[in-house]
Amino acid sequence: MRHISPRARVLAAVSTAAAAAFALTACAGGAAGGSSSENVTLSYAIWDQNQQPAMQKIADAFHKEHPDVTVKIQLTPNKEYWTKLQTAVSGGSGPDVFWMNGPHIQLYAANGVLAPLDDQKIPTADYPKSLVDLYTYDGKLYGAPKDFDTIGVWYNKALFDAAGVAYPKAGWTWQDMADTAAKLTDKAKGVYGIAASQYSQENYYDSIPQAGGYVISPDHKKTGYGSPEALKGIEYWIDLIKAGSSPTAQQMTDTAPEDMFLSGKVAMLQTGSWAAIGYAQNADIADKVNVAPLPAGPAGNQSVIHGLANVANAKSPHVAAAKEFAAFASGKQASEIQADTGTVIPAYNGTQDAWVKSMPKYDLHYYIDAVKDAVPYPVSKNTSVWTQDETDILSQVWAGTLAPETGMKQLADKMQAALDAEQKK
Amino acid sequence: MSDLIAQRAGAPISELDRGRVRVRVPGSRRRGRGPRQSPVWAALFIGPTALGLLVFYLWPTIRTFTMSFTETGPFGGSTFVGLANYERLFQDPELVGALINTAEYTVIALVGIPIAIAIAALLNTTGLKGRGAYRTLYFIPVVTMPAAIALVWRMIYNGDYGVLNQFLHIFGIQGKSWLTDPTTALIAIAIVGIWAGLGTNIVIFLAGLQGIPDTILEAADLDGAGPVRKFFSVTIPLLSPSIFFVSVVSVIGALQVFDLVYMMLGKNNPAIPDTRTIVYLFYEAGFINNERGYAAAIAFLLLIIILVLTVIQFRLQKKWVHYE
Repeated sequence: MRHISPRARVLAAVSTAAAAAFALTACAGGAAGGSSSENVTLSYAIWDQNQQPAMQKIADAFHKEHPDVTVKIQLTPNKEYWTKLQTAVSGGSGPDVFWMNGPHIQLYAANGVLAPLDDQKIPTADYPKSLVDLYTYDGKLYGAPKDFDTIGVWYNKALFDAAGVAYPKAGWTWQDMADTAAKLTDKAKGVYGIAASQYSQENYYDSIPQAGGYVISPDHKKTGYGSPEALKGIEYWIDLIKAGSSPTAQQMTDTAPEDMFLSGKVAMLQTGSWAAIGYAQNADIADKVNVAPLPAGPAGNQSVIHGLANVANAKSPHVAAAKEFAAFASGKQASEIQADTGTVIPAYNGTQDAWVKSMPKYDLHYYIDAVKDAVPYPVSKNTSVWTQDETDILSQVWAGTLAPETGMKQLADKMQAALDAEQKK
Repeated sequence: MSDLIAQRAGAPISELDRGRVRVRVPGSRRRGRGPRQSPVWAALFIGPTALGLLVFYLWPTIRTFTMSFTETGPFGGSTFVGLANYERLFQDPELVGALINTAEYTVIALVGIPIAIAIAALLNTTGLKGRGAYRTLYFIPVVTMPAAIALVWRMIYNGDYGVLNQFLHIFGIQGKSWLTDPTTALIAIAIVGIWAGLGTNIVIFLAGLQGIPDTILEAADLDGAGPVRKFFSVTIPLLSPSIFFVSVVSVIGALQVFDLVYMMLGKNNPAIPDTRTIVYLFYEAGFINNERGYAAAIAFLLLIIILVLTVIQFRLQKKWVHYE
């Protein structure tokens, strides 16, 4: 049939293109594998586009000190970052230096992926202790703390003013929170006092220590979910939903709590320091909101602290340079560069003020004040196994289909089983 | 189908619609032409696809099979554990739930086939105005990114602000949060799955309908068959090869459903236990719990299930599929 030839041509073109693409990728793979003579190029994997300019400045500053080392940034969106990294590391083509977070550090350190940074003279006393502990595994420091985040309560001043309720202030308690949230709730307008969502870091990882409990023991071997304190920390949120002061779990699954806060449907939202810059740049709400410290439970108003670290790939062909850059990218100069951009709180003590001052209209110092009593982010060697259990079981508790006592008992059993399995490996 | 696409390029659509093209352009002419018909050319054309198939399908399948007998480390390295993964799989309480959910989804998804036939039949009627526009509209979901589809449907199903509930409100019906209610979440997702796959199925059925010779339908007319009788006694049996093809492909697709569930429900959704499919279970094992060997066993179980169901369908086709 005469129509066959144009199709054939298209097919031929496609296959040629495919073959060409194949050849190209093969070349690229070859070039990256070979190490060049004296000039060293380090790859630096990160996941936050907002921080890329600051990271580039840090890379440039390092290049100025070490003209023979060039740092090339690889940006991968957070969703694919860990899958890609794990695959690349397994295949022996991982980046030389990369960002690490709490849930993954022990997995990577325990499997020999990371080079210890003990010989880099990192002044550990100059970083928040919880962060140094987070990145220490088996007595060795594997990550240089890069930044940190703590949790605060953001509130919508316009909604408070309209309801005639006083803004939250330092020293307030769980009871104050419940009362304030109830007063701010206006069902007719679809406005709620607070978003009591099933978020771990923002909500129940904070309320459990506030009630006197813990998620994981300091040696990362025992779960604290079976304790009455942990139950209290969970019930605090469930009670806010039951009282009608918060949207239901179902509503918060349909519409993200932060979207409700941004659109004035929720008056208070517990969230991390990372949110500040987004609010400051959002013209709709920038001048309507501010931040307060967390309310105190029976045992205080602890916030959970988490932060990223720069780590070096133990299998990197330039491991010495990689370790040096990992330490540099978390050092004083690098922290000052980060602070100026206002994206995150740098981990190096004394450089945080610049971050607080970068958004003077908010009481951001509360986030720094929170470091003093902050509790470390709960992690273990295979964190994602039991965080999945948390999600599965607590979603039923939040939805009201599982009683908190029963759910917490189930969760404690499952998490302990996961931790025991880690110990066996 | 390839014939039809080739014909469509040259023949006026009105002719295609009447199904006469097949008669006018004899297929035998193709064989007459072809000084280039050498095995080298054939290999050249098949080569890239065959290579892709080997590298991206066959090799991973073999690897998955071998992996299912091992326990893998998070960064490679594995130890042979025999049938341990399979033993664990058949004792996994989540497997039963996942099998039931997947079966439910597949059954609901098959409702898409009669819908696609009905729409294709309507689009095939000669007098229809703006037929091209309709055909394009029905095909748009097929070329839309799954992530975009999930996002838009999430908004439609939203309990507080969703269009669906606002629409129901007009009739005084109190809507609900469709995607978080365990009784409706799976159905809601399956509806999106049907909607998103409708376009492809309609194209296949249209092709099938256009392949039915007018002469047979005219003969039925002469025998005094009404339009309904004609549709069920002539059109459907002659369309049965297309129906068979679509149902085989739909069952396979439905058994593998993951992206819609994953993207539309979100992590903290209380309806997850009632919507978790087999591939979802596989994803959790392989990419969250870092147990690739166990995940490989799940993947292989799914392969066996698909294989068995497809073989059954091929066996059953003798009873109802009519080839001319």
